[in-house]
Amino acid sequence: MNSLLTANADLIITVVKIVLLLFIVLTVNAYLTWFERKVVAHIQSRWGPHRVGPHGLLQPLADGVKFLFKEDPTPAGVDKFVYYLAPLLALALALTSIALIPFGPDPIRLFGHDIYLGIVPPDVNIGILGLFAITALGVYGVALAGWSSNNKYSLLGGLRSSAQMISYELAMTMSVVGVLMTAGTFNLKKIIEAQAHHPEWGILSWNIWPQILGFFCFFVAAIAETNRAPFDLPEAESELVAGFHTEYASFKFAMFFIAEYTSMITVSCLCSILFFGGWLSPFPASWTFTHYFPSLVLIPFGLWVIWDGVRYETLFGRIILPGAGTAIAGLGVLFVLFPNVNHFIQGPFWLLSKIFVFLFVYVWMRGTLPRFRYDQLMSFGWKLLLPLSILNVVGTSFVILAKMTWWGAK
Amino acid sequence: MTAPLVVFFVLAGLAVIGAVSLILQEHPIHSALSLIVVMVALAGLYLLLGAEFVAAVQIIVYGGAIMVLFVFVIMLLNAGVEEHTSLSKMAGAPGLLLVVALGGFVAATIAKSTESVQAAPQTGEIASTTGISNMLFKDFVYPFELTSFLILVAVLGAVVLAQREKL
Repeated sequence: MNSLLTANADLIITVVKIVLLLFIVLTVNAYLTWFERKVVAHIQSRWGPHRVGPHGLLQPLADGVKFLFKEDPTPAGVDKFVYYLAPLLALALALTSIALIPFGPDPIRLFGHDIYLGIVPPDVNIGILGLFAITALGVYGVALAGWSSNNKYSLLGGLRSSAQMISYELAMTMSVVGVLMTAGTFNLKKIIEAQAHHPEWGILSWNIWPQILGFFCFFVAAIAETNRAPFDLPEAESELVAGFHTEYASFKFAMFFIAEYTSMITVSCLCSILFFGGWLSPFPASWTFTHYFPSLVLIPFGLWVIWDGVRYETLFGRIILPGAGTAIAGLGVLFVLFPNVNHFIQGPFWLLSKIFVFLFVYVWMRGTLPRFRYDQLMSFGWKLLLPLSILNVVGTSFVILAKMTWWGAK
Repeated sequence: MTAPLVVFFVLAGLAVIGAVSLILQEHPIHSALSLIVVMVALAGLYLLLGAEFVAAVQIIVYGGAIMVLFVFVIMLLNAGVEEHTSLSKMAGAPGLLLVVALGGFVAATIAKSTESVQAAPQTGEIASTTGISNMLFKDFVYPFELTSFLILVAVLGAVVLAQREKL
């Protein structure tokens, strides 16, 4: 038994990592819905969910239970095979793309094995191309759902979605070429490391400064690729009922929902990795006192949650919230007390903070911007984003060429 | 059997099943889906041979872009189940003959082949992105540019055809 364990150690580690990541991503997805509803509510001067649990924190759980126990009818005249395949495809592809993201620079040493944060080994050379390949297939989930539902609104939603994804995929792929040329690799880990060759510049050495045009094109195109507001035409409720998922109920609808939120997380990861230095700290490397920054965030936040919790109106909240606050503040204290742990969490901390900021921007845009009209969407993609991203590629190659010829840089 | 061999047979089987189902399916969308299965299975085979770049590009270009257009057009035209006319049924007989001939030809070639023609995992220059781009943009730059010119002409032709009424 023991020899079997050691012989298949890599396999077991990978399976455990997949299960863990799946659990984390699905939980984050659930709380992302809570976060989105809260933020959009506050943008619109409302309270958002606040009945189920303290501050509505158990709302995602209630939603999940509701999704599971709803009736799940299959409409008449659907193409059964494709109708069942579409949500599976959407969810599977969205979850697969997360597996290609590296979440931290250093491996943890456990039981004599170096365990990297992230499922695919960090030396895979096609990192970003693999992600684009999975995104390219992602359109089938939405398009086939629209086609197989035997519903005119769904069909229109599916058509819109495939047209939109074909149009914006070009701009999205072209806009990262600038980053790939400066880094000279497709490997996500090396792309991050290429942004750290001036360790003393901190935030100034990130790709966002030379590639700000590329970032603009990438972020806009990526929002369109994930079918989020203001590009959520495939599910425009005022025109198409609910677009491609009109005929889907219960957990099949939840699968589309989870797929959408997972692709939001993937896009946020990509934005941080390609343009915002991934797990690099925004401070110069010699400022070692900034290693206490995570604790400086966590301890006051934990104390605030305790302070907020003791005066909460329900007894349940008065128990749960201070408990959670103590855990958060305790985590902050733990990082101060153990320098090894503190050193290890620096990378993941910065990466997760950046991902969180991008998720907030996603929600912020949804709460602020009205939906595009279909012709606006098409002309924006083809007449503005695509030329801009091509311009970015040409400009970047000229700068690289000038550096090579005049300054002899490699 | 080693693990790569098992993966090879699974992927090869998927590709063959997809190709057969592409022909046998009645509905165009099902045929297009079968073709996507073939493309993705082929990409898996390339990955098995160490050609990571070609595998990713195979999925992005064929599995993604081209097949999305196929599916899009089929959806847009709302194409129904294919109809069998007497002529299309008659075409089955010479088709069967051709299948037997082609199968025999492939089998004969495989039977005659030696170790040297078997595909092996590629490493180094030819598998890497640098190697491929060196080939495309240095060794074969003129054919490459000619091809892109051809595609440009085709795109312009499509625009002219679509705009004919307005001109």
